[in-house]
Amino acid sequence: MSELARRVAVVGVGNSRFGNFPESDANGLAAEALRNALDDAALGADEIDGLVANRVPHYARFGEMTGVSPRWGAQFPAEGRMSGISIETAVMAIVTGMASTVALVYGNNGRSRRVFYGGDPGFWAPWGMTSPGAQHALMWRKHMLRYGSTTQQLGHIAVAFREHALLNPNAVMKRPITLEDHRNARYIAEPLTLFDYCLINDGGVALILTSAERARDLRKPPVYIAGMARADDYRAASTCPDDFWFDAMQQCAERVYGVAGLGREAVDVLQIYDNFTPTVVFSLEGFGFCPQGEGGRFVEDGKLRLGGALPANTSGGHLSESYMQGWGLNVEAVRQVRGECGPRQVPDCNVAQFLCATPCSLSIIYSR
Amino acid sequence: MKRMAYDKPLPQSDVWSPPFWEAARKHELRMQRCAGCGYVRFPPGPTCPRCLSPEASWELLSGRGRVWSWTVFHQLYYAGFKDELPYNVALVELEEGPRLYTNIVGIENGALREGLPVVVTFEQATDDFTIPHFRSADVAYS
Ligand SMILES: [Zn+2]
Repeated sequence: MSELARRVAVVGVGNSRFGNFPESDANGLAAEALRNALDDAALGADEIDGLVANRVPHYARFGEMTGVSPRWGAQFPAEGRMSGISIETAVMAIVTGMASTVALVYGNNGRSRRVFYGGDPGFWAPWGMTSPGAQHALMWRKHMLRYGSTTQQLGHIAVAFREHALLNPNAVMKRPITLEDHRNARYIAEPLTLFDYCLINDGGVALILTSAERARDLRKPPVYIAGMARADDYRAASTCPDDFWFDAMQQCAERVYGVAGLGREAVDVLQIYDNFTPTVVFSLEGFGFCPQGEGGRFVEDGKLRLGGALPANTSGGHLSESYMQGWGLNVEAVRQVRGECGPRQVPDCNVAQFLCATPCSLSIIYSR
Repeated sequence: MKRMAYDKPLPQSDVWSPPFWEAARKHELRMQRCAGCGYVRFPPGPTCPRCLSPEASWELLSGRGRVWSWTVFHQLYYAGFKDELPYNVALVELEEGPRLYTNIVGIENGALREGLPVVVTFEQATDDFTIPHFRSADVAYS
């Protein structure tokens, strides 16, 4: 266990409604989430001395609008991998004394503003290559060729997370899907279909982090950051990595369990960054929950479902709850450890782990 | 016959790419080979990722490579690709090492396969730009 372990706790979490809200914007949705997170922590905006902003247009304007006037702040670009990076940066700020209580805010109005992921004038546009989904489609094709995986295996992931969303009143998706629905869905970038893709919706999420000492005096039982680690791999940033970031995730796994002083067997629930279903398979392999190449077969028997051996994305995740770019998954991790998840609660949940497979592989372990 | 207006996206020129597009206009596939260590890099950039040398020559490549993987677009992202749907994008690994996204032309999408040997072919888009694509180098398709 390292000196980073359990030094910082999450003491407040909040989210906005999720859906299509043309009457609001990223600032409005993030502010709604911040109010809820501050209420959850029983803290006032004047007690926040650190602010991390993600996808809201401007950290200072956001602070001005919400009366948050911190001594330390940071803003991260609108990429999903930045959720975990934001949380890790806030932990570092608290541990080093740069701030004592940090609000992290995220707001996204991509649905009502009709943001389209793809079609930008990038280097590969003359060949019609665009969108993270197409990159993942190409990687999944390679995984199928190399390991004999199937698209049906991805269907198991989509169906499991949709089942979870049906137990979450805040989830955008309200109707069940079957493996057959997944198989018959229209292709977006073959071999991936519509149900392999995350949603695009509006919403906001916020978390409040503070030191372990301070956390003990606040309203909710603290959920500690037991471990966190990163392992980036920029070598194929323009195309796609030969190993689907496997090596980087292996390094990240070794570090995160080392920091936390616990192993995979202690993990009660996973929150896996699910921008596309193949990412879930890559993450399970990279973080060592199954051997390399076995991820497709690993998810076939319902392991990821509530009641399964390794329940994952209990809120419905990006595929079925809300596309909050990792933020919602981290909040769900906290709520699971607190035991606040009602019908989707994993029994006796002590440890939740967030996994993110991207050029910045990252993991955070939350525990009581 | 009047040529149809080309409405697919044209290359976005940055300061490093013009020699690549200039070569393509002459039906040549050229990429930067590091003068320090010989590493061939792509997309074009200011320095060698292996040794950080800024010195490089624009070397004429063989134009041969193999399909690493591919996807078939069913969703329209660029209006100019409307008539091409469903179209393939392959990641091709060149003999000299670099990988690039491109289209495999003259082949059914269903006939694409891993390791398919391919060779560069050029499509003139406008007076200024010619786009390098690849076609199968297998006798069965050539
Ligand atoms: Zn070099």
